[in-house]
Amino acid sequence: MRLVEAIDVGRTVELPDAEPLTILRHVELAVDEGERVSIVGRSGSGKSTLLNLLGLIDSPSEGELRILGEDARRLRGARRDRVRGREIGFIFQQFNLLPGRTAIENVQTPLLYDGGASFWRRERIAREMLERVGLGERTDSRPERLSGGEQQRVAIARALVRRPRLILADEPTGALDLETGGTVMELIEEVAAETRAALVTITHDPAIARRADRHLRLSEGRLVPLDDAVPAGSPS
Amino acid sequence: MNALARIATGFVSAVVEAMEELRIHRGRVLLSLVGVAVAVCALATVVGAGAVAEQGVREVSERSGGRAATAQFNVNASTPPDPAQLNAAWGEVLERYGIAYGSRIVYGQLTVQFADGAVPVATQAVDPAYGVIHRVRVSEGSWFAPGDAERLAPAIVINEPFWDRIGRPALATNPTVELLAEGGVTAVVVGVTPKTGEWDTEPSAFMLADAYAAIPASGSGGMMGGQLPSFEAWLDQNQAEPLIEAIRRDFAGALGDGAQVDGFRSDYAAFGEDPLLFVKLLVAGVAVVILLLGALGLVNIALVTVRTRIREIGIRRTFGATAGRVFFAVLMESVVGTFVAGVVGVGVAILLVRSPLMTMVLGGAELEDLPGFPIEAAIVGLGSAVLVGALAGVLPALAAVRVRVIDAIRF
Repeated sequence: MRLVEAIDVGRTVELPDAEPLTILRHVELAVDEGERVSIVGRSGSGKSTLLNLLGLIDSPSEGELRILGEDARRLRGARRDRVRGREIGFIFQQFNLLPGRTAIENVQTPLLYDGGASFWRRERIAREMLERVGLGERTDSRPERLSGGEQQRVAIARALVRRPRLILADEPTGALDLETGGTVMELIEEVAAETRAALVTITHDPAIARRADRHLRLSEGRLVPLDDAVPAGSPS
Repeated sequence: MNALARIATGFVSAVVEAMEELRIHRGRVLLSLVGVAVAVCALATVVGAGAVAEQGVREVSERSGGRAATAQFNVNASTPPDPAQLNAAWGEVLERYGIAYGSRIVYGQLTVQFADGAVPVATQAVDPAYGVIHRVRVSEGSWFAPGDAERLAPAIVINEPFWDRIGRPALATNPTVELLAEGGVTAVVVGVTPKTGEWDTEPSAFMLADAYAAIPASGSGGMMGGQLPSFEAWLDQNQAEPLIEAIRRDFAGALGDGAQVDGFRSDYAAFGEDPLLFVKLLVAGVAVVILLLGALGLVNIALVTVRTRIREIGIRRTFGATAGRVFFAVLMESVVGTFVAGVVGVGVAILLVRSPLMTMVLGGAELEDLPGFPIEAAIVGLGSAVLVGALAGVLPALAAVRVRVIDAIRF
């Protein structure tokens, strides 16, 4: 099933005292259920902008973006927010855990917006999710008491707790050392595979990029196949 | 899950989120809500203390004018009616209209033999119901009981200066006083009324009307020393006017041609003015100003806090929080916070109003019916708190939803 499709998408931003800046141009991308896609590119190449578009946080200036077969332009207001919360899970480079809350409270946060039975069972679901990412013993720890790897695992649990069909990971290992980064990526892939969620990872680490099924590169605002892609499963 | 259940779940989850925020930011919340709690406490205390003070004023008024609604009837006749006929006519009227509390009243005088000489003492001759109608307080002994009318030695209720003059004897010893009348009369003191103020220095007394009429000296020249008594009845406040008219008509009819009966209300409620209105308005005005200042402080802190939480709000939006939900959650934080402040404020107000010191200041120690903490005071306090919370929450809530998600997560 096609989850997201970008057709000739462009993104231009207005600048106060300069010419409009084109960040993305003619982007073509289709992501299916269960697929793992990695996107690499230099800093400022538009990777995060593309991820924001795919995550319904931003809107394209040109072209068409389809989410679950529906034109994203037709998704407005609260419906857009609900689709984002239900279908898309975000993992950020800086974890973005809510300060002052324990690990389990952070993981429960998306369930507050569920509006269904999951809200009433949020504590149990969050606990199971934390156990799944290996933090069953740290549920009551606050982020500042956790290591970087542990914080990212909490962020992963939070991103996946509503079982989204699309996981968008923005430099998920950017703030971690190599070994921890590898472990975290393994975990993301495992959990994504369990729910057949598609995974789009943005990274500038070739080793992380190689773990995906499909490898793309953003260059001068255009999305192109990564020439030197290495088959998935090869040692990094 | 149907739509209604989803809405209910949404509401509960917003409240849960708000309470979680309050817990996380409890230091800031505590500081910002102190003003609100103080203002709510002031408001609720004003309303609560006002009720106690009002009851105090009411009871003082009722001691002189009678409980609401007390009606007084005066008989005018060219030839004084026969006392027995007058008593019978009054008794019939009370019975006809089912009036449980009615009294004859005569303002007279008894000459009492004290140790230092004979002194004329102002005396009210009444029926036992007078004590209920006028909330007569007795500090020693008791008010007249029905059996007192049968005593051979008349019962007498004296005031404290009178009691002082006879040496404050214990009432359990059935102290007596000598009344200078033809043949001599000994009265038994059954009760003592407390002093009503510094000016209350002259001895005075109550005596049952029939006993007073039977005293030879005062009885000469007609009933109760030649005076016609006035009559009082405690009536249902809702039917006072038609009852007064009916009693006046029937009473006059029973006394025959030539007799006229005037009837009017003598209780404070007939005048319809609240003697505490000005004080209540003044203190309530001060409390409202405090409440507004508290609200301003709350808005200030909430606006600053929202700015520091923009990124957090952005993160929540990425996980599905709608703009409406963010608005409601920020608003609820303010409302839940001020509601808690309101509960604290009302709780402190209850403790204050019910404290012995405050009761004493308000004159509650002398109240016959000390009112409970009025429910309207709690409602006014909590309602004001929630209203202030809602008003103070709107601005930060608007600020929270105006930020675009993409800008918020980069903040």
